[in-house]
Amino acid sequence: MYGRKVKLRFFFVFLILTILSLSIFLILKSLEENVVYFKSPTEIKILSEINNNKIRIGGMVKENSILIEEKKLKFIVTDFKNEINVVYSGVIPNLFAEGKGVVAEGFLKDRSFFSATKILAKHDENYMPPEVKKALEEK
Amino acid sequence: MASLVGYYSLLSGFFCSFLIIYFSIINFKDTKILDKRILSFTFFQFFFVVISFFGLIISFVVSDFSNETVFNHSHTTKPLFYKISGTWGNHEGSLLLWLLVLTLFIYLFLLKSVEQKKSYRILTLLFQEIIIIGFFVFLIKTSNPFNYITPIPKEGLGLNPILQDPALAIHPPVLYLGYVGSSIIFSSALAGVTLNYISKDWAKHIKNWVFISWIFLTLGILLGSIWAYYELGWGGFWFWDPVENVSLMPWLSLTTLLHCILVLEKRNILNSWAIILSITTFALSMCGTFLVRSGILNSVHTFANDPERGLFILIFLFILIFLSFFVFFFFHKNENKTLINLNWVSKETAILINNWFMMYFLIVVLIGTVYPIFLEVITSEKISVGPPFFHKLIIPFLIPFLIFMAIGPQLKWIKSNLKNKLYLILFLIISFILTVLIVKNLSINFFTNTILLTAAFFLFFITVRDFFKKKFNNLSQNIAHFGFSLLILSILFNNIFSSEIITNLKIGETFVSDKFKISFKDINQKDEQNYKAIIGKFEVIDSKGSNLIMSPELRIYNQPNIVTSEADIKTNLLTDKFMTMNFVQNQEYFNIRYQIKPFMVWIWISVILICFGGLISLFKKKYEN
Repeated sequence: MYGRKVKLRFFFVFLILTILSLSIFLILKSLEENVVYFKSPTEIKILSEINNNKIRIGGMVKENSILIEEKKLKFIVTDFKNEINVVYSGVIPNLFAEGKGVVAEGFLKDRSFFSATKILAKHDENYMPPEVKKALEEK
Repeated sequence: MASLVGYYSLLSGFFCSFLIIYFSIINFKDTKILDKRILSFTFFQFFFVVISFFGLIISFVVSDFSNETVFNHSHTTKPLFYKISGTWGNHEGSLLLWLLVLTLFIYLFLLKSVEQKKSYRILTLLFQEIIIIGFFVFLIKTSNPFNYITPIPKEGLGLNPILQDPALAIHPPVLYLGYVGSSIIFSSALAGVTLNYISKDWAKHIKNWVFISWIFLTLGILLGSIWAYYELGWGGFWFWDPVENVSLMPWLSLTTLLHCILVLEKRNILNSWAIILSITTFALSMCGTFLVRSGILNSVHTFANDPERGLFILIFLFILIFLSFFVFFFFHKNENKTLINLNWVSKETAILINNWFMMYFLIVVLIGTVYPIFLEVITSEKISVGPPFFHKLIIPFLIPFLIFMAIGPQLKWIKSNLKNKLYLILFLIISFILTVLIVKNLSINFFTNTILLTAAFFLFFITVRDFFKKKFNNLSQNIAHFGFSLLILSILFNNIFSSEIITNLKIGETFVSDKFKISFKDINQKDEQNYKAIIGKFEVIDSKGSNLIMSPELRIYNQPNIVTSEADIKTNLLTDKFMTMNFVQNQEYFNIRYQIKPFMVWIWISVILICFGGLISLFKKKYEN
């Protein structure tokens, strides 16, 4: 029948394939659980249901909308079509300002209210979330 | 003027490529020795690129705004140091630096490989010239650093202030030395495959190059990490951001190659594996450049970018990958002895197992980084993959990885046995007891933390034991592995014992919690060369009553008009105290973040130790010769 070498090789190939498929399965499964979707205020308005998953929202900070208290920061994110109220407590990056682009991560309470856990800094003052850019160009 | 010289010098360098290729092909079959002209032209090519690079530096120093690159990234009021570092702080200049290192390394390679076969040297040169030509075309066609603008603007747009920092000034050159160093490994691996020369001798010869690029890549990542820690004010050192991940991927691949080369050198096995890793490392380095420069990454590091450039690099990358596959499948003769000669209990098996673990880590990082891009292209859905994904998939596998890392060096090459290895179990028990003593009083996840800490302590103790027991035999491995155990321990302790407070305060207000009292005393203004500094004064009183004055800073730059915050960090051997202050437009409140980060300094020290391990290996070889 088959020699020892062939058997051994067969065993190795089998082992490697099993490990490979297992790890790919593992990776894809945790990918499913851990991705964070990015939505614009308009996309949020047309959401069919609101679940408890972490998402990111992006848009411009509306002029004269920043309100700061000791524990909280409130502001409005707009893509010039729709708006969403954001409440946040945490580190505020320096490039965060009215009339500038912002990306916030957190949880949606309802279609017009977002509770942020993180505001992401951008390194470039000219940076604008792509959706907002598109919305601005369409105007 | 300097721009003009730079531009023509760049063209001359490009021209040299063709001369080199021409003479190489003639010389390939002609004589036994390497044609002197090839060496001279390689030197000239390097020389021309150096002139071109200096041309750009001078344009930056004298603020010659007729040059588009200078106009976009410089300003007359910028300090001289940042005018110079601004040369490679932008896309065009950084690619010129890539090219500079490419030509430097191939010249050094020719000088250092005199004892090698002529055909091997010429082929390596030819493969390297393909890469060099690619970069010349890329530079001249899509991102010429010497473009003119008329009318000449009076003032430049300035360099992004967060790049105006000493660590970030030297971060790109160091990182590039690592990235581009892998190009030599790539070229020589392809040359070796073509000539059927991937053997012990090749491993011995290429090992130094692997170590050099590995050391630079490690240092480059470290510098970037330190910079992110104090400049971005997030108080962490690694964020699993795509831009960070693309530097980690070649590092993982290169580290794997480094271990694989050692096996190849000692045992003459794993030949194909070494070739694949050489190709992978360079492809990943190119990928890194592509992903960062094309702007398709959804990253917090996003800088404004140009998609055309991305497309060029992508096409070039595919050509190179296609070329290497072609060479690999048509020329590579595999003797198929790998499986048969491998013994279960031997050093090479341990190394191979950890090779596979590292490949797994690489795949995880790759998927986590690239998946969002694919999803966006296919479904136009925007997503990001955060730290939990990476932690969940990497941390559990770190445990066996650490244990194999400790056991591997205890084994002998070829065949070993587990007799007289009782001390391994003894150390494992000691580590476990120590961990339980530390963990049991803390309110953290007992199970994972215990196992992880035990594995890390195990590696720590074993490497310390080796240090004293083995009389500096294999010192470089010993120190590097010790450094790694220290790194994991520091990260774990840093994670477990960190604490932070985030609050908004007005001047004169005091924040009180059960642990700290933070009073905002006052602010001062100071005018610097190209920014205005606002320095806050805070008094922090902890529960033991000791008080500390922290003075974080805000910098308002004139051009571009950006505010950055400079963290105030009080470092000692045990812990870092870290405070940042941000202000919110038109508001009286300042946003304050105060963090206690234990063992921060040890994270940096351990990475330096890991590099030091590599360095010893380089010098030890010289010493033995």
